[in-house]
Amino acid sequence: MTDLSEVKDKFAALVASAGELRALDDIRVAALGKKGEVSMMMRGLGKMSPDEKKVMGPALNGLKTEIAALIDARKAVLETEALNAALASETMDMSLPVGRTSGSLHPVSQVMEEMAVIFSDMGFTVAEGPDIEDDFHNFTALNFPPGHPARDMHDTFFMNQVGEEEQKVLRTHTSPVQIRTMINETPPIRIIAPGRTYRCDSDQTHTPMFHQVEGLVIDKETHMGHLKGCLMDFVSAFFETDVDVQFRPHHFPFTEPSAEMDVRYERVGSEIRIGQGDDWMEILGCGMVHPNVLRACGIDPDVYQGFAFGMGVDRLAMLKYGMPDLRDMFAADTRWLSHYGFSPLLQANLATGLS
Amino acid sequence: MKFTLSWLKEHLDTDATIDEVVQAMTLAGLEVEGVENPAEKLSAFSVAKVLTAEKHPDADKLKVCTVDTRDGVKTIVCGAPNARADMTVAYAPMGAYIPGADFSLDKKPRKIRGVESSGMMCSASELGLGEDSDGIMDLESSFDMGTPIADALEMNDPVIDFEVTPNRSDWLGVNSIARDLAAAGLGKVISPDVKAVTGSFPCPVDVKIDAPDACPAFAARVIRGVKNGPSPKWLQDKLKAIGLRPISALVDITNYITYDRARPLHFYDLAKLSGPITVRMGKDEEFAALDDKSYVASSQDCAITDESGILGLGGIVGGESTGCDESTTDILIESAYFDPLTIRRTAKRLGVNSDAKYRFERGVDTGFVVGGAEMATQMVLDICGGEASELILTGELPDAPADIEFDTALNKRLTGLDIPDDEMESILTSLGFGVTRGQKWNVTVPTWRRDATEGPDLVEDIIRIAGFDRLVATSLPRPPIHRAPTATLSQSRTRKARRALALEGLSEAITWSFVLTEHAKLFGGGRDDLKLDNPISSDLDCMRPTALVHLLLAGQRNSDKGYPGAALFEAGPAYRTTNPDGQDLTISGMRRVETQRNWTGDEAPNALTAKADAMAALAAMGANVDTLQLSTPTGDYWHPGRSGRLQMGPKNILADFGELHPAVLKALDVEGRVVAFELWPENLPAPRKKKGVVSKAKGALTLSDLMPVHRDFAFIVPEDVKAGDILKAAKGADKKLISNVSLFDVYQGQGIEDGHKSLAIDVTLTPNDKTLTEKDIEAVSAQIISKVRGAGGVLRG
Repeated sequence: MTDLSEVKDKFAALVASAGELRALDDIRVAALGKKGEVSMMMRGLGKMSPDEKKVMGPALNGLKTEIAALIDARKAVLETEALNAALASETMDMSLPVGRTSGSLHPVSQVMEEMAVIFSDMGFTVAEGPDIEDDFHNFTALNFPPGHPARDMHDTFFMNQVGEEEQKVLRTHTSPVQIRTMINETPPIRIIAPGRTYRCDSDQTHTPMFHQVEGLVIDKETHMGHLKGCLMDFVSAFFETDVDVQFRPHHFPFTEPSAEMDVRYERVGSEIRIGQGDDWMEILGCGMVHPNVLRACGIDPDVYQGFAFGMGVDRLAMLKYGMPDLRDMFAADTRWLSHYGFSPLLQANLATGLS
Repeated sequence: MKFTLSWLKEHLDTDATIDEVVQAMTLAGLEVEGVENPAEKLSAFSVAKVLTAEKHPDADKLKVCTVDTRDGVKTIVCGAPNARADMTVAYAPMGAYIPGADFSLDKKPRKIRGVESSGMMCSASELGLGEDSDGIMDLESSFDMGTPIADALEMNDPVIDFEVTPNRSDWLGVNSIARDLAAAGLGKVISPDVKAVTGSFPCPVDVKIDAPDACPAFAARVIRGVKNGPSPKWLQDKLKAIGLRPISALVDITNYITYDRARPLHFYDLAKLSGPITVRMGKDEEFAALDDKSYVASSQDCAITDESGILGLGGIVGGESTGCDESTTDILIESAYFDPLTIRRTAKRLGVNSDAKYRFERGVDTGFVVGGAEMATQMVLDICGGEASELILTGELPDAPADIEFDTALNKRLTGLDIPDDEMESILTSLGFGVTRGQKWNVTVPTWRRDATEGPDLVEDIIRIAGFDRLVATSLPRPPIHRAPTATLSQSRTRKARRALALEGLSEAITWSFVLTEHAKLFGGGRDDLKLDNPISSDLDCMRPTALVHLLLAGQRNSDKGYPGAALFEAGPAYRTTNPDGQDLTISGMRRVETQRNWTGDEAPNALTAKADAMAALAAMGANVDTLQLSTPTGDYWHPGRSGRLQMGPKNILADFGELHPAVLKALDVEGRVVAFELWPENLPAPRKKKGVVSKAKGALTLSDLMPVHRDFAFIVPEDVKAGDILKAAKGADKKLISNVSLFDVYQGQGIEDGHKSLAIDVTLTPNDKTLTEKDIEAVSAQIISKVRGAGGVLRG
């Protein structure tokens, strides 16, 4: 019988020199296969005396285990080598540009959504109405009597008059939505009315189309202190800082008393900083709803009262986000849209912020 | 409305500075638009005395002067011919900016022909104060050396410009501004009283009013023997300061009273009048007006006439034929009341504007018709001399404004602020209201405050004068936490759709609601009733039928600037009619078919990219896009072979998409091809809700352990058969078992008959309760093949 250690050394050498998995498998078969050397040696056990068996049995089993272990170890090495070799050939240029660019959302939409969030928190719902209005909803019901000079201040766009029909106008403010709401609903009312508005005026600070958000609160107890509180709450929430405000008396046909609200600001270079500095900038008009407006909508001014306000969305967008020129808002220049636009994944909200 | 601080101080006794006046005006609701003080640009200049003036040793036309200035005695070389010793002059120190010549003096003495000169003596034009006559300013010797020039010239008088709101026509007179400022605590009203002038003879001109609605009252008086010439300097200076051009004493007096008391007047040259004055409506008569234009007075317009015909439009513009000039000696003063609406209608139709019209259309003080005539009389007598007739008043002045029954509790109700009765009364009376206290107060309204008709009008004045800073800011009471969303379904859906589109790579734009009519017509719009009567410009004259017009034009503009491949969308209105329901919320988008080169292969959008965009938006809005039907858009601006429409049932059209018609693009001057979509969020039905169920729980989900089975089929179909129809047919073969059908290959070419294509689909069968047997699968397969055959497809052998 060959010396077991010789057998072991032989196979150990073979295993160590095996360069690939197939050769290793051949070695396994030669050693441990059915007709393999070790297997054949184990068959010889049957012919041995019990004493010999007692010695050779465990020795052969040990040999088998040792060789198997050597093979497994070598197999692991060869597999790793094979994988490494394969990986070495599997390269990609990780610097290649990938992905596609997302589009953006318009800053005016963003600001309208911010306003909706802030006012929604105060219980205002969003109301809408048509851009093409009749004289009643845009003027008369808002206490602009026919022929009143206050109408001149609106630079109204008129539609072509066709036949006998009343001449329509493009709404000069979103106040007609307030009228439609007051006619169709019963107080208490809390709405904001965002939308497109139109005035026949065009220069650096005026475009013939612009956006307004108006608000309306009608119930039995809302007074001018609430108006002041509501709008102060709004500007601080909107500009995301404590904003000092000043209320000044003004005149609007549809409110009485009427006010304009200024915010404290300062100009640093070309940048406008709201909430600091020594100057005041007018940002909105407001007032207690005029009794004639309530009457025009079938609401009794001796029972109900409330306030209304209106502000330019485009202008507030410019103040908050630093767009220098109003006219660019509507030019659809792709560079401007991508610079001043907002990510579609952003949803203004109170939990994670407005923007 | 412009006025000067000194003018205000003729009506208001106050020590307030200009800044305090502006602040008080602002807080009382008189919105100041600007303050300009002519003294500011003259601040460098002061009065100086020339001590000596000798000829320059080296120059004939120059003089070497020693001048006593506030900076000490200076040597100044001067070229003015009138420079002389003992002259009082305007001195500019070294370094001063000379406004009229737009340059700054040297900061150091400068040698002029060898003589060092320190500073300058200025002419009027160098100070920006008008024309020169003969060299440097020759000031009165009474001015002390060192007096600021602005003070010496009485130019330290800031001009305030403010916005007069339409409700307060009385603010078009300085006296009313003073009244409000006094009420606000800035001082005391000291407006000079207007006294009646006793006439010494009967008014020789009769006035008859045949148009009492347009002109209810007309006060008139003749002044004989006036001398018209340039008005006195104080009057000229006043008018010039607020930007009016002095013309002659008589004209200047009317302008002065217009601004001083918001009382327009007219003076006629009596010599040019023929017979009595009749106020009547026009009879299509033309006249030459004082503004060098001519107008035709129609039956809608209030004309002032005499026997010769029309003289002018009452309250708007006078006529040339009876205007006053240097030779005028006798005048007729008109102080009338004209109906605001008539004035406004006429002025608007004729396109004429004047200070008189501006006041009459807003309503002048009905209590100062006679007063205006008296004030004018006194001024004419003072300035032009002459002898006044008795004053006649024809017609009837409008009734005084009605009293207001004022429940003082209204103030607290509307403002939330307690203001003591005494303070309320004091504010009202200082504004000219009369107060009789009681359970409810009886408040009389001054004739110049016809805007005040009811309680809230008084509350407005009370809180305005009391100060808005006293209002106590109070947050609105919080609404309940559990409440319905404050956005409508369509608003919420639009938000989602916009985000989906932006994620697809389109950028949101906002473009004009109006377009060029010719462009609107390309998209089925452009009807006459949707056109604007007064467009801002001729290329924006019609309400748009779609936002695509501007998106396409913008895409081209971007490309022209070197930024191709614009992908834009807009969520906004499109207009079908002018009725409230004639406006559709539309989401429109477009991609320019401009190849973007990429290392993975060149990419360009096609009609199906637009389909994908539309579907992404619809899916985001909650539409079940798998079940939508495909049809053909009705608009002829789409490419006939590369466009589609997505709808739910026969009526609910959700979206059109595809390539735009090349002819339409050409008409828009848009180069290349463009794919686009339009979708209508409001056509998507609201999700069905179970009645009375508020739970938001989703339906139960059973996760089966049974494996889904896939089977592939290839069908040969004629080329014009739509893949969608084949997929739909296959899917319909067994709605229970077939969970998905996907198209994985479209093939045309070798092995496929001409005019045909092969569509390869993968059908997923999801067993419900037991593992599918081969028999089950064969049965479904047969069913699929049969259904597809019905749709025009034959199983590929």
